[in-house]
Amino acid sequence: MKIAVCVNHVPDTAAKINISSDGKSIDNTGVTYVVNPYDEFAIEEALKTKEKFGGDTIAISLGNESNKETLRKALAMGIDNAVLLKTEEYYDSLSVAKALAAEIKAQNSGLVFFGKQSVDFDNSIVGQLTAELLNYNCVSVVVEFELKENKIIADREIEGGKEVVETLLPAVITTQKGLNDPRYASLKGIMAAKKKVIEEKTLAKPNNFTEVIGMKKPAPKQPGKIIGTDSSAVPELVRLLREEAKVI
Amino acid sequence: MANKILVFIEQRNGQIKKSSLEAIKAASEIAKKQSLLLEAVAIGNEIDNLEVSGGFGTAKVTHLKNSELENYSPSAYANLVYEFIKENDFDVILFSNTSIGKDLAPRVAAKLDCGVVTDCIFFDLLPDGLVVTRPIYGGKTLLDLKIASPRKVITLRPNVFNAGTPDENKADVVITNVTEPNLSTKTIDLKKSEGKIDVAEADIIVSGGRGIKGPEHFKLVEELADTLGAACGASRAVVDAGWRSHSEQVGQTGKTVSPTLYIALGISGAIQHLAGMRSSKYIVAINKDKDAPIFQVADYGIVGDLFEVVPTLISEIKKIKA
Ligand SMILES: Cc1cc2nc3c(=O)[nH]c(=O)nc-3n(C[C@H](O)[C@H](O)[C@H](O)COP(=O)(O)OP(=O)(O)OC[C@H]3O[C@@H](n4cnc5c(N)ncnc54)[C@H](O)[C@@H]3O)c2cc1C
Ligand SMILES: Nc1ncnc2c1ncn2[C@@H]1O[C@H](COP(=O)(O)O)[C@@H](O)[C@H]1O
Repeated sequence: MKIAVCVNHVPDTAAKINISSDGKSIDNTGVTYVVNPYDEFAIEEALKTKEKFGGDTIAISLGNESNKETLRKALAMGIDNAVLLKTEEYYDSLSVAKALAAEIKAQNSGLVFFGKQSVDFDNSIVGQLTAELLNYNCVSVVVEFELKENKIIADREIEGGKEVVETLLPAVITTQKGLNDPRYASLKGIMAAKKKVIEEKTLAKPNNFTEVIGMKKPAPKQPGKIIGTDSSAVPELVRLLREEAKVI
Repeated sequence: MANKILVFIEQRNGQIKKSSLEAIKAASEIAKKQSLLLEAVAIGNEIDNLEVSGGFGTAKVTHLKNSELENYSPSAYANLVYEFIKENDFDVILFSNTSIGKDLAPRVAAKLDCGVVTDCIFFDLLPDGLVVTRPIYGGKTLLDLKIASPRKVITLRPNVFNAGTPDENKADVVITNVTEPNLSTKTIDLKKSEGKIDVAEADIIVSGGRGIKGPEHFKLVEELADTLGAACGASRAVVDAGWRSHSEQVGQTGKTVSPTLYIALGISGAIQHLAGMRSSKYIVAINKDKDAPIFQVADYGIVGDLFEVVPTLISEIKKIKA
């Protein structure tokens, strides 16, 4: 079985986000990039699945040269091969999905793991889009995954609980926290990953349906009121919630 | 130029979601302004009160009905919505940014080969496209986008658009029986989580952080939540410590919430926590550290010991609710 995992390279969630002078992108000065946190669950699940059923794993990332750091991390964790779909252009979600779908097809992979969401643009759709383009089944936001022959039973997190979903391969799974505990890369893994070749494929200009008009900072919140330092402030708090905010 | 808008009405257990009514109301305002046609579609078995959507601005709802469609089936729902759009030629299709909406919207968009944007907090239809605003980087920045494809699919963040109170109008409910839905992916069971109200859907949330000191003290958080009819939330620190389940975690790697009222008890307000709750309408913080970052986003704060303040808060609220 060929198992693919799609990984994105994103700013660390603690990074301070400044808008660059073009007003349409972020200023990368001082921003550290990391493996998209949800994609670590995807990598781990791909590795676990391989350990159980055998096969070959491949990590795919679309982006610029720096995405190689994330691919290297995937290799260090134990993924066998890596492909960079290289571009400097802005790719919207559907364009990303089209490029990933073409690569997954070329790799002939019938089980593909995605994170549930990139923590940069927080779209949470690339996995589902890719599945649909490939005409694969798809279960998103998965917190429990079981594969038997070609049948999948997966728990999908929803409001107030979980849906237990049944489907068949070929399939796309998007992973949520809780599914597994991503392993740390071993020293041996890190050394081995350094020697591996990351295949590069240069992409053509995308045909985006969406266009970035601009970025802006949310209006700063009015500094709040500190009402007091102990329970004697409670009546005033309750009054404000009733009369000013009108929420209780 | 678009001239037909469709809102997908979501149901669980035959009950319509409030966020779908918010979407109808928001769409109807644009439809009215630009004399566009607005319709809604719902999928399920028995669905209560579909006609009330008329009060929020849609004249017609089509109910695609089959007993196998009571629970969400990604494959069946995506095919049905897609076919409905093709047959009736809708240009703009709205979903809620819920677990169904986020799963379904991209599938429908891929089938239509059109632009799709999730989690919008603003949208407007202009002659050359649909303009939307959405939070990115966990709400640290806002992104304005234009969707220029002939068809456009978006999801709206729940609790941001105001549904208001419905008027007298009732929608015309047209039931279409579905034969042989594509159940290649289907829900075979539902597991409810222990909490009574889910943070993602709650109008009021009371969240506890490491300042609660231990799982046994969470009953204080729960009691305040019960008094307010609120959901219980948690910071990652307490979820990682195993005090609370991940389904309650608010923040960048938990749930994004925008309730009317968010009460943070013993939560410092790390950037990743703020990412999940900063768009709440009113934020109350109780924390003994006056420099805790949570106070920078709080509307009302008490700098004090939560174990001293919260019991009084509970009894004061009980008094006014009595
Ligand atoms: C990639 C990544 C993702 C993350 N995602 C999330 C996420 O989704 N959600 C999230 O919450 N965090 C997330 N975090 C973690 C985040 O950075 C913080 O570590 C976490 O939010 C801290 O939780 P806390 O506020 O409960 O604990 P602390 O930061 O320890 O704060 C405890 C607070 O309680 C106060 N306190 C103590 N005793 C009392 C008392 N008796 N009365 C009143 N106040 C008291 C203290 O003054 C303090 O401010 C993430 C981190 C990373 C790196
Ligand atoms: N540029 C990319 N390269 C590879 N995978 C990606 C890329 N963007 C998104 N993904 C995958 O799609 C998932 C959902 O991303 P998104 O829809 O952007 O929130 C991520 O967790 C990744 O698994």
